[in-house]
Amino acid sequence: MKLLTLNFLTCAIKTCKSAPSSFPLHPRDASLEVIETDLNLPFLKNILPRLMWDELRVITSELGLPDLPPTPPTREDLVVAAEDAAVEGEESEEEASQTAKDLHRVLLETTVKEGKLVCGNCGHEYKVLEGVPNFLLPGHLV
Amino acid sequence: MSRPEDILPPDLFYNDSESRKYTTSSRIQRIQSDMTHRALSLLDLHSPSLILDVGCGSGLSGEILSNTADDGTPGGPHVWIGFDISSSMLGVALEKEVEGDLFLADAGQGVPFRPGTFDAAISISAIQWLCNAETSEDSPLGRLSRFFGGLYASLRRGGRAVCQFYPKNDEQKKMVSQAAIKAGFGAGLLEDDEGTKNAKTYLVLTVGGGDLDGDITGVVRGMDGVDVMARPGVARGAKRGQEAKGSKGWILKKKEQMERKGKVVKASSKYTGRKRRVQF
Ligand SMILES: C[S@@+](CC[C@H](N)C(=O)[O-])C[C@H]1O[C@@H](n2cnc3c(N)ncnc32)[C@H](O)[C@@H]1O
Ligand SMILES: [Zn+2]
Repeated sequence: MKLLTLNFLTCAIKTCKSAPSSFPLHPRDASLEVIETDLNLPFLKNILPRLMWDELRVITSELGLPDLPPTPPTREDLVVAAEDAAVEGEESEEEASQTAKDLHRVLLETTVKEGKLVCGNCGHEYKVLEGVPNFLLPGHLV
Repeated sequence: MSRPEDILPPDLFYNDSESRKYTTSSRIQRIQSDMTHRALSLLDLHSPSLILDVGCGSGLSGEILSNTADDGTPGGPHVWIGFDISSSMLGVALEKEVEGDLFLADAGQGVPFRPGTFDAAISISAIQWLCNAETSEDSPLGRLSRFFGGLYASLRRGGRAVCQFYPKNDEQKKMVSQAAIKAGFGAGLLEDDEGTKNAKTYLVLTVGGGDLDGDITGVVRGMDGVDVMARPGVARGAKRGQEAKGSKGWILKKKEQMERKGKVVKASSKYTGRKRRVQF
């Protein structure tokens, strides 16, 4: 499971819906795997404003990954400024900046392979096996 | 032909052998692919989006979502997250090394994402299963309501969902559509090949607000055979503009206002599908 997904996933238990501490879920005993994939610049630009940056930083630090900057990049930061490349009226390909590459590596290539995800509110543990978290709940918690 | 929903619960019906049989059948591959493309055309996406696939199975739709626009996926490649109640189906998806994230979950228990997560959602041949409650403590209406309620919240304003499903009869078609409307969606039903044995039912759902045309009549404008069930704001008492302070809706709206106040953002350039490798 990508760290991107972890920035959107919440505890599934009904009584946690309104509790702020039920997001983000905290990885425990997690083993990580980097799975390379093509960088998708328009996607990164699309998703950037929807990220919860502080929570992403919490997760990367809990996983022992390098610190992320305290403030999120802007959409402009994701693109290499290329004055010479841009010819008016011509469809020019934008080039991904190092910031975009780093963000891509963290969000889309860094995955939780095994371990569990723990709710900060109710303590419920969601097991992750082969990168697949189990969100099936016993009936009384629905 | 008997309906699998009437025989067994989905996680038991889609066991290892059935999941493999399902996924390797070229007939099924073709039908699911056609329906995924139909759903994509209804979603009307123009750039790479974050998409939820409900009852994603072995990832037949997901593989299409991951394709580039040049390979026939409008707005692609998209990033998708799929969930399914059958671990066997997900196992087959893992073997195929699909690009999307997968998780094991029951749509009848809700959709565990924070508000406004997805640009769009797709569900192919899955939600009729919600009409069969597996336990005595649960009802089809309860499951449908948790599913559509969760789906509605997880979509961003202006987002859309398309659910192709196989209603058992008109009553079930109505029960599913009404549950979606009750959750706040604008809803329309699209029927392909109506009255034939190949009939396909698409529930087209819109979340009001945002800059997309959230009005269902806009989505299905000019299409034949579309039955508009409700329009956002008409079917619903509380409008999205009147969210209670601190509620999910309120926070979403605030965020959107903040984004609007921020820098003017250039529209994304068309993704050309050129391959890039990250250098480290
Ligand atoms: C006919 S298959 C379709 C799979 C995939 N969408 C496709 O088009 O190939 C139906 C799928 O719905 C899943 N399903 C049934 N009930 C479900 C539920 N309550 N929650 C999640 N998935 C469910 C089944 O496990 C199965 O994988
Ligand atoms: Zn919880």
